[in-house]
Amino acid sequence: MSSTRRVLAPYLQILPGGLWLLLFFVIPMVTMLSLSLQEGDIVSGYVFTGHWQTYVDAITNYRVQLVRSLIYGAITTIVLIVVAFPVAYWIAFYGGRRKPTYLFLLLLPFFVSFVLRTISWRQILTDEGMLLGPLKQIGLLPETFHILGTPAAVIGGLVYNFVPFMVLPIYVALERIDPRVVEAARDLYADPATAFRKVIFPLALPGVFAGVLMTFVPASSDYVNSAVLGSSTTTMIGQVIQSQYLVSSNYPTASALSFTLMAVLLIGVFAYAKALGTEDVMKVAAR
Amino acid sequence: MSQPFSPDPALIRGMTQRRLGRRDALRLTGLAAFGTALSACGVKGTGQSTQSAPPPDAVAKYWAGKTSTGTLNFANWPLYMDPKQPELKKFTAATGVKVNYQEVIQEMGPWFAKVQPQLAAGQSIGYDLMVITNGIQFKQFVDSGFLAPLDHSKLPNYVANADKAYSNEAFDKGNVYTVPWTSGMTGIAYDPKKVSRPITKLADLWDPAFKGKVGMFSDTQELGNFGMMAAGIKPGESTPDDWRKAADKLKEQKSAGMVRNYYDQSYIDALGKGEVWITQAWSGDVFQKNVSDGTDFKFVIPQEGGTLWTDNFAIPVTAQNPLDAIKLIDFFYEVENAATLAEYINFVCPVPAAQEQIKKDAAKLSGDDKAAMEAVAVSPLVFPAPTDYANLHYYRDFKTVAEQQEYQSIFEPIVLA
Repeated sequence: MSSTRRVLAPYLQILPGGLWLLLFFVIPMVTMLSLSLQEGDIVSGYVFTGHWQTYVDAITNYRVQLVRSLIYGAITTIVLIVVAFPVAYWIAFYGGRRKPTYLFLLLLPFFVSFVLRTISWRQILTDEGMLLGPLKQIGLLPETFHILGTPAAVIGGLVYNFVPFMVLPIYVALERIDPRVVEAARDLYADPATAFRKVIFPLALPGVFAGVLMTFVPASSDYVNSAVLGSSTTTMIGQVIQSQYLVSSNYPTASALSFTLMAVLLIGVFAYAKALGTEDVMKVAAR
Repeated sequence: MSQPFSPDPALIRGMTQRRLGRRDALRLTGLAAFGTALSACGVKGTGQSTQSAPPPDAVAKYWAGKTSTGTLNFANWPLYMDPKQPELKKFTAATGVKVNYQEVIQEMGPWFAKVQPQLAAGQSIGYDLMVITNGIQFKQFVDSGFLAPLDHSKLPNYVANADKAYSNEAFDKGNVYTVPWTSGMTGIAYDPKKVSRPITKLADLWDPAFKGKVGMFSDTQELGNFGMMAAGIKPGESTPDDWRKAADKLKEQKSAGMVRNYYDQSYIDALGKGEVWITQAWSGDVFQKNVSDGTDFKFVIPQEGGTLWTDNFAIPVTAQNPLDAIKLIDFFYEVENAATLAEYINFVCPVPAAQEQIKKDAAKLSGDDKAAMEAVAVSPLVFPAPTDYANLHYYRDFKTVAEQQEYQSIFEPIVLA
């Protein structure tokens, strides 16, 4: 009796998580994979034929957008680390009893819809808007100068939209550093820079790692920022997928691109995890 | 049965050899299940293409036994009716049918993608009436058999008052499935404060003087049409070779840095903010923008031509309340209702007699309001003269899905680079 239970126990334990994965990951992924291997059209319907050529065609036709998305995602992530680290550092070490207030203020704009906030940036950055308009009027900027439609606008939008997802994990990691560890470093004659480099930063690294995971993937596959703030020369793969699904009703190509993007991102994330060691991350996640 | 048990030597051999372990079995069934799952999830279409006209009894068959439910769900594009909805209020007062008016259609592609699964499964889409533009998705709606055939005996006002030209439009000859909500033209809009000389031709969209300040449409049909007309090709009669020629012309414009962006409905905002100085534009939008924001943008039909499109009333086959839907369609063909709608939206009115009605309405007003309404009555954008049509081209009507996909693959890379 007890031996049966022992045999079954692990299976029962993975049941809730397994069901979750099945429902929200495996089934959608299988559906998408299936769609990517179908042929047909939207009027007569799509039928499964195992047509792998769609992948070859999709990747050849849209490699520019695919590569551009990964580059934009990577730049966004790097800029985010540079921007978010000092913020998280300041809140963690100098926030005092106001820490929750600062964190709340940081999150406050994010109660407004993602798309609306992005459109607001469009209003601010537009050619004769509140930012560029006056500068152009007094002749500081040439008439044709613009920010909207450039890669800078798209990456700027991505950075803005993903700030909390980088600040929060780094903050959590920094928050847990025992101040006495830093004190000890100072007692051992480490100057502030060395103490940061040898003690604080390595201890914050799992937070950075988690932040990268939470920002690189969504930033690379985002389509709102490039659609709203970009132009036809900053198209990202998410926009292509959206257009293939909704405008052209070309489900196989859209699914093949989605699947490819996911595969590339997963490989990237695993490589990164391998290089940095996943153990620390798991520890952070488990806490 | 009484034979002593003597096992087959093959069985013994099998028992002593390595058998498939439980894991392997799991793996194999898993793979098989995965394969089955893969091929099981298809996207349902209607499995047929009803390109020819419906059978003669289709109308009678569809309308037989339909009853009124007292509420009507109407899906339309934004800014296509006075927000106070005076016409709908009038309709409710006259018929007792409550109209739930939703501005849920932003673009044809996404709208089709959204309702396709329900229609293919024979389910209601939650709307009894929708406004769809002629073009790629219009054909998809018709070919899939998603539109109810209209009973013209239930459309007396339409029969009496509609401009006869509309029954000849290639995308729905004889108005089998649709009648127009309104038409419009695609031409060029520009800001005279930025553009010092008058704009008269499509070639102006290729003029280096406006480098980086030109707006084009992201809709591949609209974009392709302008490319073709700029290359001297009539879009309605074009061939795949013409499309490639037009695409080259458009790529030239793009690689020279002329185009600021390829826009959807947001082009009018971009024009207002100085992002573009000169842009592809829909007639009524420019008029409305000038009225609502006090701007003074110009709209022109270029010498090489503009295009003419029609947004159409259509009843989805799965409508819960088609009877009141067709009643509302006909209501908009009463001259007074057509007139008040045109007064507000300033797109081409399908009811010619509305012109006199608008003049009468104008006479009742005074001052600026009067002048504005008189302007609507004589505007060639609302009531084009026969000579105006000479320069307007129709969309290419795709005969097959393959043809449409080829078109798409030629022009899409220009928008999504």
